[in-house]
Amino acid sequence: MADRTVIPFGPQHPVLPEPVHLDLVIEDEKVIEAIPQVGFIHRGLEKLVEKRDYKSFVYITERICGICAFGHSLGYSETIEALMAVEVPPRALFLRVIWHELSRIHSHLLWMGCLADGFGYENLFMQCWRLRERVLDIFERTTGGRVIFSAVNVGGVNHDISNEDLRGIVTILEDMKDEYQVLLKTFLLDKSVLSRLKGVGVLTKEKAVEYGVVGPFVRASGIPDDIRNFGYGGYGYLEDFEPVVSDDCDGHARCMVRAREVLQSIDIIKEMVSKIPDGEIMTKVKGSPADGSKAVSRLEQPRGESFYYAKGNGTKFLERFRIRTPTSINIPGMVFALQGCDLADVPLNILTIDPCISCTER
Amino acid sequence: MGFPLTGMTLKNMVSKPVTKRYPFEPQVYTELTRGHIHNDMEKCILCGICEKTCPAVALAVNKEAGTWTIDRYSCVQCMACVRNCPPRSQSLSMKPEYAPAVVSMSAETFTKPTEAN
Repeated sequence: MADRTVIPFGPQHPVLPEPVHLDLVIEDEKVIEAIPQVGFIHRGLEKLVEKRDYKSFVYITERICGICAFGHSLGYSETIEALMAVEVPPRALFLRVIWHELSRIHSHLLWMGCLADGFGYENLFMQCWRLRERVLDIFERTTGGRVIFSAVNVGGVNHDISNEDLRGIVTILEDMKDEYQVLLKTFLLDKSVLSRLKGVGVLTKEKAVEYGVVGPFVRASGIPDDIRNFGYGGYGYLEDFEPVVSDDCDGHARCMVRAREVLQSIDIIKEMVSKIPDGEIMTKVKGSPADGSKAVSRLEQPRGESFYYAKGNGTKFLERFRIRTPTSINIPGMVFALQGCDLADVPLNILTIDPCISCTER
Repeated sequence: MGFPLTGMTLKNMVSKPVTKRYPFEPQVYTELTRGHIHNDMEKCILCGICEKTCPAVALAVNKEAGTWTIDRYSCVQCMACVRNCPPRSQSLSMKPEYAPAVVSMSAETFTKPTEAN
């Protein structure tokens, strides 16, 4: 038996945009065990709910993470709306879905770029980010921000998009689709992509259930688990929704699921724009959450299922607010997938779960 | 199998750069771009609602002295103050361009012009 060595990986590492530390127990270039450590960027945002009133806190939830910003503000608003039984106007629900799907496109394109950068395909990385820029431009034009939108608020949305602009967005996305097909083909068929991702970080269907992983990670293991299936918010207005699933269980399957989800999101936006009703975008919310009232909501973030819990205490400050983010659930699955892989595949293995450490630590 | 990106790569060799040659080419802002907060002190009634709604605690209003202070380093450009500015005043607005650069970190104070002036 060869000697075992421990190699520290992170918190600063070229493939990691955010700090996470792994102690890799290595034997002959093979990873025997990976011991994760998080907590480098904990900011105590959940505790801050006691110092900011429930209407201001939506601006803090969207600053939990730059990439999942829209999802967090949406999840928080939906929870408070459930807590206070607020009816959201249908147009606001449609706009929320449109922005949420746009943020899914931008998150997936960012991830695909990071992955391409991770395996050394600089050209592909830049092409992904070039396309992502168009989505960011749509965001700037419709919400005023490129990354942090401040578009959702308790009771509805802050900005309306005119029907003409909505059709303009669909045209931009349609134009993007043609160029995106080339990138999709590259991710699915390119020889160098396949040689780096095929068979890397296998997590079988049984193990995926055992570790309870979520999002594209579990869908790539053959389980059609997607909260959008339940039709929360505006997703209930969709004619039909079928999650993208792959049975290959490896890194390439996870890449494929995310790459196909971009096209799916474009279709959802198209359907939403064709059905959007006219009317109000905001319901005025008055009063405070009742003492002892509790509410939960779940939504599908680009990285998987997010869970939100809020408890009121009769004042305008919440008693407790809690988020369970997808990456914190996916880390055990990732640690399992790392066992037995080559040391050179560790960065790719970590990237394929799309870790978002800011969300995990809050 | 193969290299599907080759076509796009070759096209890029003869096409113009995607990036903008800033600052030679000016940055174009949209109407909604959240650049910096502007307060029209003539209209401001110093009610203090903006101070209460600011999630970043960047604003301070002093009714007696007639001043409105903004710490631009704390401001997160969420527009909560602009949205909550009462209709009888409507003095706050969001300007698309960014605030000019400064050399020291300090809060900016604006004073409401008195009628005598």
